Amino acid sequence: MSTTNPPEETMPDIEIDPRDLRHLADAQMNVELDTGDMILNLGPQHPATHGTLRVVVRLDGERVISADPVIGYMHRGYEKLTEFRTYPQITTLINRIDWLSSFANEVPFIDGAEKLMGVTAPPRAQYIRTMLTELSRIATFVLFLGEMSLQVGGITPAFFGFRDREHILNLIESATGGRFHPNFNRIGGIKDDLPWGWLSETRSAMQKVLDSCDDFEDLVAGNEIFQARTRSIGIIPGDLGATYGVSGSNLRASGVDWDLRRDGAPYLVYPELDFKVWTHPDGDSYARYMVRLQETRESARMVVQMLDQIPEGPIMAKVPRIIKVPEGEVWVETENPLGQMGYYIVSKGGTGPFRVKIRSASFSNVSILPWLLRGVYVPDVITILASLYFILGDIDR
Amino acid sequence: MGLVDGGALGRGAKKPGLLGTPARGVSWLLNSSRRYSLWMFQWGLACCAIEMGAALASPRYDAMRLGVIPFPASPRQADLVVISGTVTDKMAPAIKRLYDQMPDPKYVISMGSCANCGGPYWDSYSVTKGIDQIIPVDVYVPGCPPRPEALLQAIVMLQERIQLEGVGNDEMQQRFRGEPIVVGGARELAAEAART
Repeated sequence: MSTTNPPEETMPDIEIDPRDLRHLADAQMNVELDTGDMILNLGPQHPATHGTLRVVVRLDGERVISADPVIGYMHRGYEKLTEFRTYPQITTLINRIDWLSSFANEVPFIDGAEKLMGVTAPPRAQYIRTMLTELSRIATFVLFLGEMSLQVGGITPAFFGFRDREHILNLIESATGGRFHPNFNRIGGIKDDLPWGWLSETRSAMQKVLDSCDDFEDLVAGNEIFQARTRSIGIIPGDLGATYGVSGSNLRASGVDWDLRRDGAPYLVYPELDFKVWTHPDGDSYARYMVRLQETRESARMVVQMLDQIPEGPIMAKVPRIIKVPEGEVWVETENPLGQMGYYIVSKGGTGPFRVKIRSASFSNVSILPWLLRGVYVPDVITILASLYFILGDIDR
Repeated sequence: MGLVDGGALGRGAKKPGLLGTPARGVSWLLNSSRRYSLWMFQWGLACCAIEMGAALASPRYDAMRLGVIPFPASPRQADLVVISGTVTDKMAPAIKRLYDQMPDPKYVISMGSCANCGGPYWDSYSVTKGIDQIIPVDVYVPGCPPRPEALLQAIVMLQERIQLEGVGNDEMQQRFRGEPIVVGGARELAAEAART
């Protein structure tokens, strides 16, 4: 963008007050300096980008003219690798797609394989799966609640986020043996029953989560500086977001009342649960924070509900020792913490799938970035990136 | 540093330790100053970055009590880099470039199976199978992902090795000739057995 002086004859002939001469000199200097665009590289390794996303930002002064996310720094070739693995081995891999909520990644894939085989997991296994899914949702969101404030300069809540995450990881570890790559689902059920005392531990941990949600609401969301940095910044209109494929909390923060746990094909035990889908009309960074805050509380309440309702019984259906999935195709989608996650599994009848298409939430969520970042100021780029909350493994796969 | 280079003040062969011969005199002083002021440039890549974040930034693990200071502004101020997570072929040149920017003496901790050897992506077309193909590695932390305690153990073991180093120029160049340290490896188990 180069600005040129208007032609001489069109200059208005006005009296110049000597007091204005200084300002005029400044203005003249600004015109003469060629303010070329500045290209700024955010990433591939930058503390604000949650991993290895690279955003090439073109700046005019402090204002962003265009922003192009460059992805692929974390591409690990999942879809190709699934062609060479058996179904139980794939569960190990897909844990690592969205590494913050690993358990939630397993659920749709196992669900799809079970649908192809015609197997249904027993009710107790379904309950345990749902509980662990919601626990991983809480573990994801409490980290967000802390980290979001880190991006606007408040360091203390980040420690709170990690502290609360450890409560949840303790529970997941005691049930599954893994801190955050549980690999706990089996086709037809789950690996082990819950350990003794897990239910009461979970109940007290959920109380801790609810308490710390109150802390976050006071400390972060109620903070004046935080609101000034996030309110009416990075607004995603609901219909436009849906067109870009934005899903999950990011879309609900734009006022779209859509949650696959309630609106999608029924999976796990969500039809039996009583829960509220939170939305926010604003669609800005603050709305995304508030929606995730409320969803953390809602998930904690859902876990407590399930603790009361969980039935006794077996945890594993009768399945053959060597898993062979009959020929067929299936599409399964679930509501992951980051949004809609789906697997399209094509089986030609063998121990492994023929082809798996992975629809991950973050890839679609960041596809709105070029539109969203146009015209914002540089410091707001960081808060918008943080509030969209993507995981790089989920983008690049 | 003629005296140090000549080995007059360092490398007193008093008693060979488990990781080498302990340094003495000025070398000892310099080494123990370096070992407790490691500036760690973190290279968070994948799942392990979250565990590294838990080790560094969470109140439960708190790596700063070991003398490791995270978050230098630039690799040019760092002594230690933790490569935590999957290194893809697209990312590898950037890692090499930032490693080259670090001033000597510099140390590398390779965290997690992906950085060590490719891990679960050992047959993937886009993953670099082992960061040690690109940069020399001091400590390997196995696990997928390793627990934060394992990273803390890696830091402690690296500090022990720094304490045993000579500070002459030639010894600095020969640093990578030693056997790499593996957390939970045979050498550590032997050291543990010798202690008890």
